[in-house]
Amino acid sequence: MGVNRISLSGKEEVMVSLATPRKAAQGWCIGIGIALSLAITLGIASCKGKSDAQNSPTPPSLSAVNLSGAGATFPYPLYSKWFDVYAQGHADTRINYQSIGSGGGIKQLQAGTVDFGASDAPLSDDEVKTMPAPVVHIPTVAGAVALAYNLPDVPGGLKLSPEVVAGLFLGEITKWNDSKITALNPQLKLPALPVAIAHRSDGSGTTYIFTNYLAAVSQTWATKVGKGKSVNWPVGIGGKGNEGVAGVLKQTPGSIGYVELAYATQNKLTYVSIKNKAGQFVAPSIESTTAAAASAEQAMQKNVRVSIVNAAGADAYPISGFTYVLLYKDQKDAAKGTALVDFLKWAIHDGQQQAGPLMYAPLPKAVVTLNEHTLETITINGQPIGKKP
Amino acid sequence: MTRMQVKSSQASPLKNRGVFGANLADRAFRWGTLAFAIAIPVLILVLGIILTWDAMPSIRYFGWHFLTRSIWDAAPDHQYFGIVFAIVGTVVSSLLALILAVPISLATAVFLADLAPRWLRGPLSFLIELLAAVPSIVYGLWGIFVLVPLLRPVETWLFMHCGFIPLFNGAPYGIGLLAAGLVLAIMILPYITSVSREVIQAVPQVQREASLALGATYWETLRGPVLRYARSGILGAIILGLGRALGETMAVTMVIGNCTDIPTSLFSPASTMPSLLANEFVEATGKLEPAALVEVALVLVVITVIINAFARMLIWKVSKGDLQGVRE
Repeated sequence: MGVNRISLSGKEEVMVSLATPRKAAQGWCIGIGIALSLAITLGIASCKGKSDAQNSPTPPSLSAVNLSGAGATFPYPLYSKWFDVYAQGHADTRINYQSIGSGGGIKQLQAGTVDFGASDAPLSDDEVKTMPAPVVHIPTVAGAVALAYNLPDVPGGLKLSPEVVAGLFLGEITKWNDSKITALNPQLKLPALPVAIAHRSDGSGTTYIFTNYLAAVSQTWATKVGKGKSVNWPVGIGGKGNEGVAGVLKQTPGSIGYVELAYATQNKLTYVSIKNKAGQFVAPSIESTTAAAASAEQAMQKNVRVSIVNAAGADAYPISGFTYVLLYKDQKDAAKGTALVDFLKWAIHDGQQQAGPLMYAPLPKAVVTLNEHTLETITINGQPIGKKP
Repeated sequence: MTRMQVKSSQASPLKNRGVFGANLADRAFRWGTLAFAIAIPVLILVLGIILTWDAMPSIRYFGWHFLTRSIWDAAPDHQYFGIVFAIVGTVVSSLLALILAVPISLATAVFLADLAPRWLRGPLSFLIELLAAVPSIVYGLWGIFVLVPLLRPVETWLFMHCGFIPLFNGAPYGIGLLAAGLVLAIMILPYITSVSREVIQAVPQVQREASLALGATYWETLRGPVLRYARSGILGAIILGLGRALGETMAVTMVIGNCTDIPTSLFSPASTMPSLLANEFVEATGKLEPAALVEVALVLVVITVIINAFARMLIWKVSKGDLQGVRE
């Protein structure tokens, strides 16, 4: 008891000595620091609404233009290359792009916090309605989705038809030596392994293109599962990202799954040749993807949002899709609007040279022309942009 | 004088000084600490309100079905959600992790606290605590590229020879609940081990000596005076591990297989609530999916709170029976 009292008074002394002016000042500094950092954080949070996307009174010619965009991750390697190369010739335009996902890009564009959005899927009719003003789609590049597989004794050359692909992913075909598969591959010795399906577990443009294809070729798929960036898969294991799917594929004998073409080639995965609409078995490549894009040109004249899966051409790889830049048809800021249109013109012409080395399929000529026409319709506060070379 | 009385008289000198009796710095300090202390519960309250608000469209549309059905269909034309599979996946993977990690952690903690030679204690504790410093994505990648290939033959063997037990009756992909449980177990090991070690070390030496002097063997001493004395603290350590396992996202997402069905065996691919969020949030579109995902987060918070409250009660009940609580 007594001991306790003594130690208590000791503590009291410590308390008192803490309150000497110098120490107190230190305490104040810490307190102010915390308060400041809180204020800054809150400030950033509240800034979100009024970003630089709205009218700025600065005259167009004097300062550099800062464009901001957000959206799809799939074309990000190419876009960042573009911004880099473009900045070398155009010091007055700076472009900041955040690859937060297509959905995020659309939301940011809707809120007006970015100058352009980017999406792997065109806007749906519902999404078009939720936009505050008309939006135009500029397909910037095309990409293919490869079906990769792991069969121990089959080093390559597997051919599949759309019906079989749908059957596999619906869980109707469960063994690799199923007669439907062997009939297409008489030259291969297919094992009696069970089929293990690998799919993306995270929402992605790759999934959108693949499910879009399945919905196009299989009525059952269209009604039962549907298409989207994330769907309710009937069977299979979900891997996060291309690397997750590749991880499942590499380690599971008898597995088949879809990944971006660039990812499949870089990681030396074996992939399937797929029977296209013309009845030809086509392997995914830059050329066969561009061919698919070219064959959709007619339909795109009417509606640029048309899908190019299961395209008609003889050389067309059927599981391909465009990735798009989205911008408002009527730009509010003259400097930004002009700079953005200039950049997009560069991207669909000179920029296409950067696509091939990064395993993206360049746009066919017809789509470039289509984009040119679209870009000419862009207005600034109702006034057309002066035609530039 | 009882312990409670000592406690209250300890607190009184500070309290009795009153706000106006102290100088400016002292007062500012007191109000400052008060403000920060209040800020935390307010923050939690705000978090809860915002989550509920943002989840409203989903709560209104699905009602209780959200918690009683098992489907995640995010296709824009479908948009139907019920998260039984994710709740089951979260709870089962975390429990699995506890079952695997607790015995190892406790044994390690006892060894480090009582048995290890002095020169080994430091380095060994350091290495175990190092496990906690590894980023979770590294555990995920290690899981998918190292653990899963090792696990597949084991699972295949179990499936062939013990397949009659429902636990082992599933396709042995390697990826699945068991892989997730194992990765989680490794991730929570350092937490349970270091806290338990501290608690066991805090058991007074005289208590051990008294027990040994009465003729108890080392095992008897450990079971009785040491572990019994430390049990509320050890329980706290386990809860800390459980909390970590419930919320772990990236590593689990990489190895669990992300299947939106209720798992039927230890080998089944499954989903947890955090993994569902990690997978779906970036590209969530449509009228309901963003709200449904916020509701998942809300449910996760509620489940965590319930488990923690339950654990608090357990600790409180256990420590009431102690001779003297270790935790103050």
